[in-house]
Amino acid sequence: MPGFFKSSIGRKVAMALSAFFLMFFLLQHLAINILSVFSPETFNEVSHFMGTNPVVQFALQPVLIFAVVFHFVMGFILELKNSKANGVSYAKNNGAANSTWFSRNMIYSGITILAFIVLHFIDFWFPEINTKFIQGDWSGMLDGVDGFRYHEELKHKFVNPIRVGAYVIAFVFLGLHLAHGFTSAFQSMGGTVGRKKAAQNIGKAYSIIIPAGFIFIALYHHFNH
Amino acid sequence: MNLTLKIWRQKDSNSKGQMVDYKVTEISEHMSFLEMMDVLNEQLVNAGEEPVAFDHDCREGICGMCSMYINGEAHGPDRGVTTCQLHMRMFKDGDTITIEPFRAAAFPVIKDLVVDRSAFDRIQHSGGYISVNTSGNTQDANSIPIAKQAADQAMDAATCIGCGACVATCKNSSAMLFVGAKVSQYALLPQGQVEAADRVKNMVAQMDLEGFGNCTNTGACEVECPKGISLDNIARMNRELMKASI
Amino acid sequence: MALDSKVPQGPLKDKWTDYKNHINLVNPANKRHIDVIVVGTGLAGGSASATLAELGYNVKSFAYQDSPRRAHSIAAQGGINAAKNYQGDGDSTYRLFYDTVKGGDYRSREANVYRLAEVSANIIDQCVAQGVPFARDYGGLLDNRSFGGVLVSRTFYAKGQTGQQLLLGAYSAMNRQIARGKIEMFNRHEMLDVVVVDGKARGIIARNLVTGEIERHAAHAVVIASGGYGNVYFLSTNAMGSNVTAGWKVHKKGAYFANPCYTQIHPTCIPRSGDYQSKLTLMSESLRNDGRIWVPKNLEDVTAIREGKLKPTQLSEDQRDYYLERRYPAFGNLVPRDVASRAAKERCDAGFGVNATGEAVYLDFAASFERYGSEQAKIQGITNPSAAKIKELGQEIVRAKYGNLFQMYEKIVDENPYETPMMIYPAVHYTMGGVWVDYNLMTTIPGCYAIGEANFSDHGANRLGASALMQGLADGYFVLPYTIGDYLSDDIRTGKISTDTPEFDVAEKEVSERIAFFVNNKGTHSVDYYHKKLGKIMWDKCGMSRNKEGLEEAIEEISALRKDFWENVIVPGTATEYNEQLAKAGRVADFLELGELFAKDALVREESAGGHFREEHQTEDGEAKRMKEFQFVSAWEYKGEPKDAVLHKEALVYENIEVKERSYK
Repeated sequence: MPGFFKSSIGRKVAMALSAFFLMFFLLQHLAINILSVFSPETFNEVSHFMGTNPVVQFALQPVLIFAVVFHFVMGFILELKNSKANGVSYAKNNGAANSTWFSRNMIYSGITILAFIVLHFIDFWFPEINTKFIQGDWSGMLDGVDGFRYHEELKHKFVNPIRVGAYVIAFVFLGLHLAHGFTSAFQSMGGTVGRKKAAQNIGKAYSIIIPAGFIFIALYHHFNH
Repeated sequence: MNLTLKIWRQKDSNSKGQMVDYKVTEISEHMSFLEMMDVLNEQLVNAGEEPVAFDHDCREGICGMCSMYINGEAHGPDRGVTTCQLHMRMFKDGDTITIEPFRAAAFPVIKDLVVDRSAFDRIQHSGGYISVNTSGNTQDANSIPIAKQAADQAMDAATCIGCGACVATCKNSSAMLFVGAKVSQYALLPQGQVEAADRVKNMVAQMDLEGFGNCTNTGACEVECPKGISLDNIARMNRELMKASI
Repeated sequence: MALDSKVPQGPLKDKWTDYKNHINLVNPANKRHIDVIVVGTGLAGGSASATLAELGYNVKSFAYQDSPRRAHSIAAQGGINAAKNYQGDGDSTYRLFYDTVKGGDYRSREANVYRLAEVSANIIDQCVAQGVPFARDYGGLLDNRSFGGVLVSRTFYAKGQTGQQLLLGAYSAMNRQIARGKIEMFNRHEMLDVVVVDGKARGIIARNLVTGEIERHAAHAVVIASGGYGNVYFLSTNAMGSNVTAGWKVHKKGAYFANPCYTQIHPTCIPRSGDYQSKLTLMSESLRNDGRIWVPKNLEDVTAIREGKLKPTQLSEDQRDYYLERRYPAFGNLVPRDVASRAAKERCDAGFGVNATGEAVYLDFAASFERYGSEQAKIQGITNPSAAKIKELGQEIVRAKYGNLFQMYEKIVDENPYETPMMIYPAVHYTMGGVWVDYNLMTTIPGCYAIGEANFSDHGANRLGASALMQGLADGYFVLPYTIGDYLSDDIRTGKISTDTPEFDVAEKEVSERIAFFVNNKGTHSVDYYHKKLGKIMWDKCGMSRNKEGLEEAIEEISALRKDFWENVIVPGTATEYNEQLAKAGRVADFLELGELFAKDALVREESAGGHFREEHQTEDGEAKRMKEFQFVSAWEYKGEPKDAVLHKEALVYENIEVKERSYK
């Protein structure tokens, strides 16, 4: 078992496992955020639960951070190793003839997503940490008085059209990343034998629905401000 | 038709190589690609120049010896064929064709378009067999019935010709389609079960040792494979390795 | 030296068993001190290397390709025969033996063929144990198909890639021994001479094809498994690198060369398309299970087809001449290869060839589409299926059976064989002749063995389909490992063979000088120029039919061509690098000698038998006419020039089979 994760396939599996976690995270993140469009109250309640529940905060959140960091670091390591395996590069290489652009350029969609995560942290996560851990305010109340702050903060972030634009672009790249990543993760886990078509179709749906959902939320709040 | 060829020339494994331009004329569209190369070489020999070295042998798409990267694709633009089966009708008069060796750090160039694929052999040495003596004293062939579907799938995997197009095509120079095919062939057959765990572990370890890259599932290998070996074989190998390790 | 075939005494069916019971064995501890060289890694060489290594000998294997897996056995398509009688259709060891001797036109050695039939069943057991994925039926049991010249279904197959799968099986067995260190593998190496010390084969001189280095390798025995010499014709179904060099070198050092004129011209190959052609592609004989061969009945239709005014599918049944079914009603399209090839040539010579060069006949699957389609419609319960539906259903079945062959045809010819009949024409495929060996598979040089296509022993004047794979594996897995042990039991006290002896010095010097000549000769013509010229002489004068006049001309012409070659050949590059032209020059030089011996052998053999058809010797209806007085093996002893070769005869005795006229009517 210890040797397994040192092998090339073991690393693929590790990438896939972290990807599964991240994809599950995206799904629940979207499910919660979409509430902000339909029912600000429910959104606030669920957000408060997620923001204050100790299991989420002290168990799942560290795992998530670890998964994100691991997925990126491992992705870079593998990219470096793979480019070393290539040797001299071709004078002419027609990659489009046999594979999709996004499958060959996961590193670039990945870097774009990484840049987005930095922005996202600045936007949401750091203020959250500041409010909860530095100021010690766990109430979730807007200015400590009238109602939950989460929905209000969310809406506020989507005022700036540049930020909304950046979000939209990032989500397009996320879609491209998922368009390959979803099926790829199942393939790496050996789960696609004889079910490749199904995996591809689900992957396609997933990679469209998730980013489209987030883009919809961003645009909705931008235009309904 | 008349063509311009841009061909990688490299004296030996220690020298630096470069692309060199050649012209060939009156090429028939019925020629195979290698016959076109024969024409070029005959032309070079008669002019007192060194012909272009390239690997080839059976010229019917089964030995796996021929190995050119033509216009940016392993075995050229046609599907389901090796270079020797690629015909000039795939090209047009006046075309410029770029011809390079299969490239990967694990496939060093020997000369011009000839590369060293012995890494594939070493992977096979590490476990690409069933340990049975060739005494002939085995049980009757029909005493192990094998479901037709399993036998057919094993055959589909076993049809790999070991040409290395998968590695050459892969952006990561990964050999997983090749290794996956062999692992799958035996994993699908009852005869292969006894050693299945050790086989997959040893073959993957050797593959890594040879310096092949990691599969990122782009699927390019499956498209360029002259024998249409399925990506399923990689998935099956992944599963086999997990099963063997956990 | 008198030829002694060393066939054991006793009844035919007990010979091999008795032989095995009485030979000398080498104990396992001693095997560790004995080295064996195997040249070639096809079915025969690969299986022999693996088995000898398993037994404990130290094996050194040589292949000119970059991996043992690429030997040309890999290209065999159709299948492998074995007397398993799984189909319960009356097959038996005797019947396989009988079919093979008859198929070989009574020109093979009885005891060898019987042994081959006897061990054939073991091959299938062995290969299945190794994981060879043979075709199976829905019950999970092995499937069979039928091949030319027999009335039973005894051919095992793996799609149209049986040779590939069997070779990969042998290769995997080799890999296991390479991993154990029992086989030392020399890829991209070519044997350029055998070294004989005190009358025994004790090593070889080989050239590393990458670095050009000349190497000495010593051993207690040398096994030649280098395949056939069909490339003497330039165009053949052989691989580009297939050559006679190993066999020819041992011939020049004292091994007799037997029956060089017995060459198999395979009836179903893709016709030539132009002068640039570098090789011919086979379409498996298995296609004749389901395809019907025909040409138009009327010459006007032939002309119209050649001019493109008429399509073959437009001709009605009564405008077609299914000439094999007409001439050979009992075997029909499944007559043996020599018969089918000659019949095609006869029709094309009479002007009925259907392509531009006039050298093609049709292989038509329309009838099979209909037969299988109707059957499928019944199975699937489709009532009143349309003709189109039947055709579609039938095509699916045919696709499952021969899909890869149909695809190969379409890629090469650019015509869809599902819609229009295939065009085929005979091409050089296999050589029954080869290095003479006794019952032990040993040549006339003690300690030098020849196995597989490289020897002459089992197929007589014509080989039946799916028997080459059988012979290669039988020799390598089950015969040689016993017979060589008997010989090596004398060598347990010999100790390591040194390469530092005058014999090795001389052999290496000869090889080096010849290579130096090639790279230094500032000639005018490329190696291929000579090879193509030789091929044309061979095809025109030593091809599907031969006559005295032509053969005499061939001898003169080849001799003159050889002289020209040694004066005017040009080989670019140096001797100390990867140099394919140089390697090829050596091979063509040997073909230029073999070709002449070939013609001489064909000239001497005043009869028609199997693949050797002398126009002077035919029956009234154009069938081969055998002569009782030629019931012998021609074994040629090297005496300098090929024309000076001395003929030795090994009489062929048939005690267990009646020598009859070979009829497939």
